[in-house]
Amino acid sequence: MNKKVYIRSASSISPQNSFGTGKMSLNEIVEYSGDKLTCIEPDYSTLFDPKLLRRMSRIIKMGSATAIDCLRQSNITMPDAIITGTAYGCLEDTSIFLTKLIENKEEMLTPTAFIQSTHNTVGAQIALILKCHQYNNTFVHRGFSFESAVLDAMLLLNESGKTNVLAGAADEITTNSHTILSRFGLYKRSSANVKLLGSNSKGTMAGEGASFFLLTNETSTENIAQLTAMATFYKPTGPEEIEKNIAYFLQDLSIKTNSIDLVIFGRNGDNREDDIYDHLEKTIFKDRRKTSYKHLCGEYPTSTAFALWLATDIIKNKSVPAFLGNGVHADTTKQVLIYNHYQNSHHSLFLVSAC
Amino acid sequence: MSASVLIAGVGVISAIGKNVAESLDALESGKAGMGQMHFIDSALSDKLPVAEVNLNNKQLSVLSGLSPQISRTTQLSMIAAKEALADAAIENFDELRTGFISANSVGGMDRTENFFSDFLRDPSKGRLRDVVHHECGSASELVADDLGIRNYVTTISTACSSSANAIFFGARLIKHNMLDLVIAGGTDALTKFTLNGFNTLMILDQEFCKPFDENRKGLNLGEGAGYVVLVSDRILSSLKKDPYCSLSGYYNANDAFHQTASSPGGTGSLMAMRGALAESGLSATDISYINLHGTGTHNNDISEGTAIKELFSSPYPKMSSTKSFTGHTLGASGGIEAVFSVLSIRHGIVYPNLRLTTPMKELPFIPETKFLKNQTINHVLSNSFGFGGNCSSLIFSKL
Repeated sequence: MNKKVYIRSASSISPQNSFGTGKMSLNEIVEYSGDKLTCIEPDYSTLFDPKLLRRMSRIIKMGSATAIDCLRQSNITMPDAIITGTAYGCLEDTSIFLTKLIENKEEMLTPTAFIQSTHNTVGAQIALILKCHQYNNTFVHRGFSFESAVLDAMLLLNESGKTNVLAGAADEITTNSHTILSRFGLYKRSSANVKLLGSNSKGTMAGEGASFFLLTNETSTENIAQLTAMATFYKPTGPEEIEKNIAYFLQDLSIKTNSIDLVIFGRNGDNREDDIYDHLEKTIFKDRRKTSYKHLCGEYPTSTAFALWLATDIIKNKSVPAFLGNGVHADTTKQVLIYNHYQNSHHSLFLVSAC
Repeated sequence: MSASVLIAGVGVISAIGKNVAESLDALESGKAGMGQMHFIDSALSDKLPVAEVNLNNKQLSVLSGLSPQISRTTQLSMIAAKEALADAAIENFDELRTGFISANSVGGMDRTENFFSDFLRDPSKGRLRDVVHHECGSASELVADDLGIRNYVTTISTACSSSANAIFFGARLIKHNMLDLVIAGGTDALTKFTLNGFNTLMILDQEFCKPFDENRKGLNLGEGAGYVVLVSDRILSSLKKDPYCSLSGYYNANDAFHQTASSPGGTGSLMAMRGALAESGLSATDISYINLHGTGTHNNDISEGTAIKELFSSPYPKMSSTKSFTGHTLGASGGIEAVFSVLSIRHGIVYPNLRLTTPMKELPFIPETKFLKNQTINHVLSNSFGFGGNCSSLIFSKL
């Protein structure tokens, strides 16, 4: 891939005050206790027609709102593609239809929840709102759902005819999904997000969110950052292979580790999963400034979309929110590397640079 | 980007056969796969015909090598993907950069349904092993892990066009020189969830479906999986046998009309077909055969037909909907029909559109109703259109 890919705009609905705030998006951390962090949702009435709004489930609202917000920020009315990542899809509508199906013994069912349960509903809804007939795709691959969407976008921007691609991800927590995922032992019984990262015990806190990005191959003073590269690796054998893959990723880009101003890790406070970050802190990123993001958004398969929004926001505002700590300093942050793994199997890297 | 993406292997399982050979026999003898439901315990079982793969989970597990506890979606995927890879007979597989790009619409829903009835009574109940593979991506990983694919695995879900988009994405990863070989396609098992969902939309025919017939009443749901092995022409010299054909064109557009219905003029379908032709550098007159999306619903067939009428002119290419054999296999249909398209080129055959007795009066063409042999098939257009307005077309070309 030869063409550079830039982030023109970014929008996120998350458990933090990330949506629609002014210059400095994250002033202070919103605190949560228990075992989950749920989204702070905006007033959608300025974004959607009231009739449409009534039918939309949370994930459809969050996904569509961030996509529309991205376009508004960038003054682009019609993207050349809409690409969505969602690991779980539209869980709320799936659960509604499945519950009625079982309770009513397959009788007296209505189609609305079924229609909105398909995994491509968010991407389709965005296309419908915009009347966008262009390329539309939805990736549903666990901890690679967002990464696949971004790869597809980067490929498109390197093929002919596409200039502006809307790419993002959305996943929601529902009562049923949270109960079921809790039974797998994924979450701490009771925790607090501000203490999550240093907790050194089993389990994390659940999270959710929707983030969209307007990616473009056009140079412009309006671009916030460059998405220099993104890579995934699936089920590596251990910390050494991960370290090797990261080194190879940087080497391939001719980037020296010491030119990375900030590394954002996907630590989630689960001591069964954080040892990889411990290893990297002591080795390849020993002298780098490091922070983490999952105490802000919780753990979910498409959390890297929030991390990318955060990295973009840091570069845009030339400042690292104080509560991210670790002695990170303002205005020198030109190159941010995100490294995350999801349940030890899905590993990804995003390199974001100032334009 | 490199010049071409070739098809080196094919694998398919559906109601008309558990492999390519059985499917070809059924297609030639006109034997449709619809019948009464056997493997789903549904209140609709006496009311609606379906196109089930005629094997229970235990029998499927013998073919797939997976535990019978694993979702049918995954079992079907494994069987067809293994057949495709074996068919490609790649000697130096371990030296290649390989990917598995799959697609499905409901993941492990067939097992989740079991889980959920217990769970609804008591949230601490329901066997977790029935829900652990619920996610769409889980099915793909079980198969990719078994096939030894490490470089790239992902899953697409764009309703009925899912696996066409998987093949499309796989081809682009090869063209960008990121991978050498991709097994791409899709899978879906019949579930009560989809059956009841389509039933509420009132688009299921209570008899065997009649795609492109004036008196069509809806679709029959089916299940299955279909995969093609896409290889880069960079590795052509390491293939033991000649590739089947090339994937010469593809396009993805959105109808942006309605979440479930197609626009009357087939805006998205027309864009997809026109775009695929442009990508392949072909004109409409070059197409020898169109494997129609042809679900048998009133809405799809008039929308797709209108778009074809707009793009093509007399003499029209041969065309047919093989959903008249397999039913609508949703996330698998683009993969299954890609396999049939490839086989059409290889064997010079055109499949019949079954049960078409009264041609649609709005259309100036009639799909083929007989199995045709000894045809010169140079280019096949395969259409996959779906919910959410997702429309994709693929073109396969003789080498």
